[in-house]
Amino acid sequence: MGFKILGKRVLIPERVSELVIDAPEIAQKTKPGNFVILRLSAQGERIPLTIADKDPEKGTITIVYLVVGKTTALLETFGQGDEILDVCGPLGKPTHIEKKGKVVCVGGGTGIAAMHHIAKGHAEVGNEVISIIGARSKDLLLFEQELAKFSAEVLVATDDGSKGHKGFVTDVLDNYLQANEVKEVVAVGPVPMMKAVAGVTKKFGVQTTVSLNSIMIDGIGMCGACRVSVGGEIKFACVDGPEFDAHQVDFDELMQRLRSFINQEQLSYKQFCECHGKEKK
Amino acid sequence: MPEQPPQERVKNFLEVALGYSLEDAKAEAKRCLQCKNPTCQQGCPVEVDCKTFIKFVAEGNLDAAYQTIKRTNSLPAVCGRVCPQEIQCEGHCKLKPTGQPIAIGRLERFVADYFYAQQKGFACAESQQTSTDLKVAAIGSGPSSLTFAGCLAAQGIKVTIFEALHEPGGVLTYGIPEFRLPKTIVQQELKGLEAMGVEIKTNYVVGATLNLDDIFAQGYKAIFIGVGAGLPKFLNIPGENLIGVYSANEYLTRVNLMRAYKFPEYDTPLPEGKEVVVIGGGNVAMDAARTALRLGAKQVSIVYRRTQKEMPARLEELHHALEEGVTLKTLCSPVEFKGNGEGRLTHLLVQKMELGEPDSSGRRRPIPIEGAFEQIPTDLAIIAVGTRSNPLLLRVTPELKLNKWGYIEVDPDTGETSIPNVFAGGDIVTGAATVVLAMGAGRVAAKAVAKRLLG
Repeated sequence: MGFKILGKRVLIPERVSELVIDAPEIAQKTKPGNFVILRLSAQGERIPLTIADKDPEKGTITIVYLVVGKTTALLETFGQGDEILDVCGPLGKPTHIEKKGKVVCVGGGTGIAAMHHIAKGHAEVGNEVISIIGARSKDLLLFEQELAKFSAEVLVATDDGSKGHKGFVTDVLDNYLQANEVKEVVAVGPVPMMKAVAGVTKKFGVQTTVSLNSIMIDGIGMCGACRVSVGGEIKFACVDGPEFDAHQVDFDELMQRLRSFINQEQLSYKQFCECHGKEKK
Repeated sequence: MPEQPPQERVKNFLEVALGYSLEDAKAEAKRCLQCKNPTCQQGCPVEVDCKTFIKFVAEGNLDAAYQTIKRTNSLPAVCGRVCPQEIQCEGHCKLKPTGQPIAIGRLERFVADYFYAQQKGFACAESQQTSTDLKVAAIGSGPSSLTFAGCLAAQGIKVTIFEALHEPGGVLTYGIPEFRLPKTIVQQELKGLEAMGVEIKTNYVVGATLNLDDIFAQGYKAIFIGVGAGLPKFLNIPGENLIGVYSANEYLTRVNLMRAYKFPEYDTPLPEGKEVVVIGGGNVAMDAARTALRLGAKQVSIVYRRTQKEMPARLEELHHALEEGVTLKTLCSPVEFKGNGEGRLTHLLVQKMELGEPDSSGRRRPIPIEGAFEQIPTDLAIIAVGTRSNPLLLRVTPELKLNKWGYIEVDPDTGETSIPNVFAGGDIVTGAATVVLAMGAGRVAAKAVAKRLLG
């Protein structure tokens, strides 16, 4: 008995999709910042994915994934009506949200979807949310309209200048912080982006929260694969996080650890693509 | 009992001990003195009536032997394999002083295996008509919860087990390797429980998907918390987050639960290592070391800061590991993991130690020999120095009283926690211990729950 996919929306063809999954008990408990662990088949690995949204009344959770390897490539072959074998959650500590004033939420790439749920949580308690999102070009921007529903402003940066500021989200953030008093910055995206955001906000002394995407197996604290150094101490992203004080995180170590199984991951993906007659991207 | 020769078994994951034949078993059982006042049963945390079942084996009545064991032990095929019998039933055997106690564990294993091999079905495990309105829940599906469930199911109470992972069994599934406890054995025991009406729901993290109040709201009359210990301890030394340094929990979970040894047929990658160091001297360290050997390591060393004599592992496990070629680096205390430019592990630096005066544990305290260090080349280090309590359920249940180590406090006579009708047992109460002690705790709680519900 798996978890049925009730809807699929392709956000960027063959790269990023959104799934709405029937998981009433998980939806009931999900808070911003939580993630789930998925397993697609009996031979499958367990992968963590941040919950991008929920609808407790309909009993659904929404996830957004980027095709980066075998498991996400396999997931991309799933469609409406298909079942995901295992969905486990909601895991991780929820985002600490309190009414405080102006909060800037920065999202990069697929991280925008994960950031969306956190930003929405801040908006719901009455914080003024400024969303800053970035991608290589405008076709790769996600969730712009969804964020616009509750954000005071949605600021955009693209590498190629096809929309908004030409350059990085950190440029936009830097400008914004120079002109505005901000209580907290939240950043979710590729590790280099989160590291750069932490660098910018440190200058301004603004409290900053990042959501980390370490390698995980069980996601419930048992293995320690997801450990990260935060303020010089070992923390487990799955039970102590996934959100941490950005100014305390050792991002370089995290980047290195994400490459732990790079060879095996590439082999696995290559075999999958060969079996499915696809070009590896 | 016959065993696979070491040089062969390091190339496979098949069981080391091959088990008795019927003749062997009968002959061993006939050696039993059938004492008037047997002490073996007192040595057993789940109070197996050893004397009676051994008598049935001697008579060749294996069905009766099985039923005798199963009356108090929900997992006989597991216990026959992984219990430390030398300090339990066999340790209390009146023949112990002769150096030849009855091999009770091996007989138990034989009886369980024989029973399953005959495919007797599981209904005969004395299940009664399961009551529809009396239901209780267990959290976690390791040995304590399975025992709790088995005891209550046998009395007609419906038990639902909530398991966080995708596969049930707890440590029996993710922790103990195939060569010590074949997964088919675990599955048989699970099927046996299911046939008695026990329901197992996977992917339920209690503390996340559900909390205790939700479970009570679903009509469960009592809850048993058997979630095991959990978070692996690390050493807090430099370089510990280098690629190539793993907790034993991660290494064993990848191999056992996720079948990483069959990568890429299975998706989960296997941490590969040619020169492996395992840090720690307990059973988990032995399991990790022997697993690494079987997965192609050229050299596996166990690094331990005291001497072989102080190692907490069962003698049999240590003996098997040594036979298979694991080497011991005793009186060595890890100081730093060193890596290359890519952040991959290359060496473990250890401080040489010597034994000083006995410490509070009664064991001689290891003290550093000044200036004596050694660099051990290694590409895979596995840390097996214990676990601490898992916070997931505890932090959303502040009413649950904990002891100073962060484990759940219970009434020793009933296993009941500070919350009425919530019981707990196993590693989440005692800290990391053995399968059978967890089972004993499950049995204590089951008795208390049965008394309360059935009167």
